[in-house]
Amino acid sequence: MIEAIFQYQFLQNAFLAGLLIGVIAPLLGAFIVVRRLSLIADALSHVTLSGIAASLLLSKTFVAFNGLNPLWLGMGFSVAGSLFIERLRNVYKHYQELAIPIILSGGIGIGVIFISLADGFNTDLFSYLFGSVSAVSRSDLYLIIGIAVVVIALVTILYKELFLLSFDEEFSKASGLQTGALHLIFMVITALVIAGSMRIVGILLVSSLMTLPVAAAMRVARGFKQTIILSVVFGEIAVIAGLFSAFYLDLAPGGTIVVSSILILLTSIAFKKWQTMRK
Amino acid sequence: MTNVIELQNVSYRYDKEQVLTDINLEIPKGSFLGIVGPNGSGKSTMLKLILGLLKPKNGEVFLFGEPLAKFKAWEKIGYVSQKANSFNTGFPATVYEVVASGLTKKTGLFKMIGRKSRPQIERAIHAVGMEDFMTRNIGELSGGQQQRVFIARAIVSDPDVLILDEPTVGVDVKNVQTFYNMLDRLNKELGITLLLVTHDTGTISNKVTHVACLNNTLHFHGSAEDFDQVKDDELSLFYGHDVHSLHHDHDHGHEVTP
Repeated sequence: MIEAIFQYQFLQNAFLAGLLIGVIAPLLGAFIVVRRLSLIADALSHVTLSGIAASLLLSKTFVAFNGLNPLWLGMGFSVAGSLFIERLRNVYKHYQELAIPIILSGGIGIGVIFISLADGFNTDLFSYLFGSVSAVSRSDLYLIIGIAVVVIALVTILYKELFLLSFDEEFSKASGLQTGALHLIFMVITALVIAGSMRIVGILLVSSLMTLPVAAAMRVARGFKQTIILSVVFGEIAVIAGLFSAFYLDLAPGGTIVVSSILILLTSIAFKKWQTMRK
Repeated sequence: MTNVIELQNVSYRYDKEQVLTDINLEIPKGSFLGIVGPNGSGKSTMLKLILGLLKPKNGEVFLFGEPLAKFKAWEKIGYVSQKANSFNTGFPATVYEVVASGLTKKTGLFKMIGRKSRPQIERAIHAVGMEDFMTRNIGELSGGQQQRVFIARAIVSDPDVLILDEPTVGVDVKNVQTFYNMLDRLNKELGITLLLVTHDTGTISNKVTHVACLNNTLHFHGSAEDFDQVKDDELSLFYGHDVHSLHHDHDHGHEVTP
């Protein structure tokens, strides 16, 4: 594959995009996991599906939309969904998790309507659902680079604020942080990461790359910075192993990346067990 | 300026339930005030009003002589909450990282808490005697140790006031005394004004300089010595019967200075 990467542009695209999301998904995932928002990430990815479906439908019906990259509408829906979730969480203050099934089923429901309106789609949709090694275009890659730059910059700049918000919301309010604005920025970043990651891992499996490497890192890491660094390392290993096996075995990369992540997770759980037994 | 915190005719209610009525309270610099009162007496609500987490329905809160709405220097106020309902025990952060997070506001937006802050962070960890646990994850510590870490987080930014909401809940009896000794040291050696909410009246009166008894209204506010004299009557009144006979105390009580 190494040789092939230099030969074929589509492989370069997939590989570079994979390396980038291998950084941003676990980076943000670390905050998502500790804030117990994993399921919200899942719900958002389903909203992204309806955006993708809407875009595919538009380009099928109107010639003018033919060149439109579905990622744009996917991203738009995802960001809108993240803002909508916040509204819902405020409406149902005591049942905040209700926002998840509402958004999740809403996303799939609207997506399915678009899909049936278009009399079903070709393999394109399949690649959005489970990722693809061959479908990442140059324009996808550029968009993913843009998303990665924004996400990494924001998380670095706001690291200490995000840390405090995640660790102790009451204390961060008491120390005068604008927690509402911070949380909103956080949700929008999450939506961006989801939109950026789905080309490689697929809509249905996006949240796995945000949570599984973090779950593995949390078993063995000391402190939050170490958790983030290890999560990114595990994320990269999963993406690289997943892309290689997807390419050679002709499988959807979403599946192989998730299976690699689970293997890493099991190894880290076993390692921790072994470590405590030795003590 | 002698009053660090001042409440003027402050009232608060949740929906229909009146929690605080006409509270007048002045907390002079350098004092160690214990606020006691039964469950539901409005103690935590009062702290939330002081911290700006809630807005009073009537009256006004002043911090360092400024009305709360205009107050910006939050790094002057350290806050230690009731541990149980605030933080997430499984959080993978080291003691060092937790204490460093206390510098968030002081460091300012777009800047990092870097190596320059290290001595300051280590000093705060030393002050609470947790230096041997610096690289341990917070979740691995006992309740008492965690509470000490939260104090370190609150004092790392060199606050002038430290506000503690029932900090000894979940700390075993043996460690409670050590804990109060540590607070005493912070008050006397570092000159930090302390505001401590508790329902543990026995322990506080030998460390605090002032006491305020709260049960929706302020029943007593004065020096610790005065409190010792009225303590028994006060406490029996507290949990029921006739509370009106002491009402005049709060009118005059807040004028008592150390």
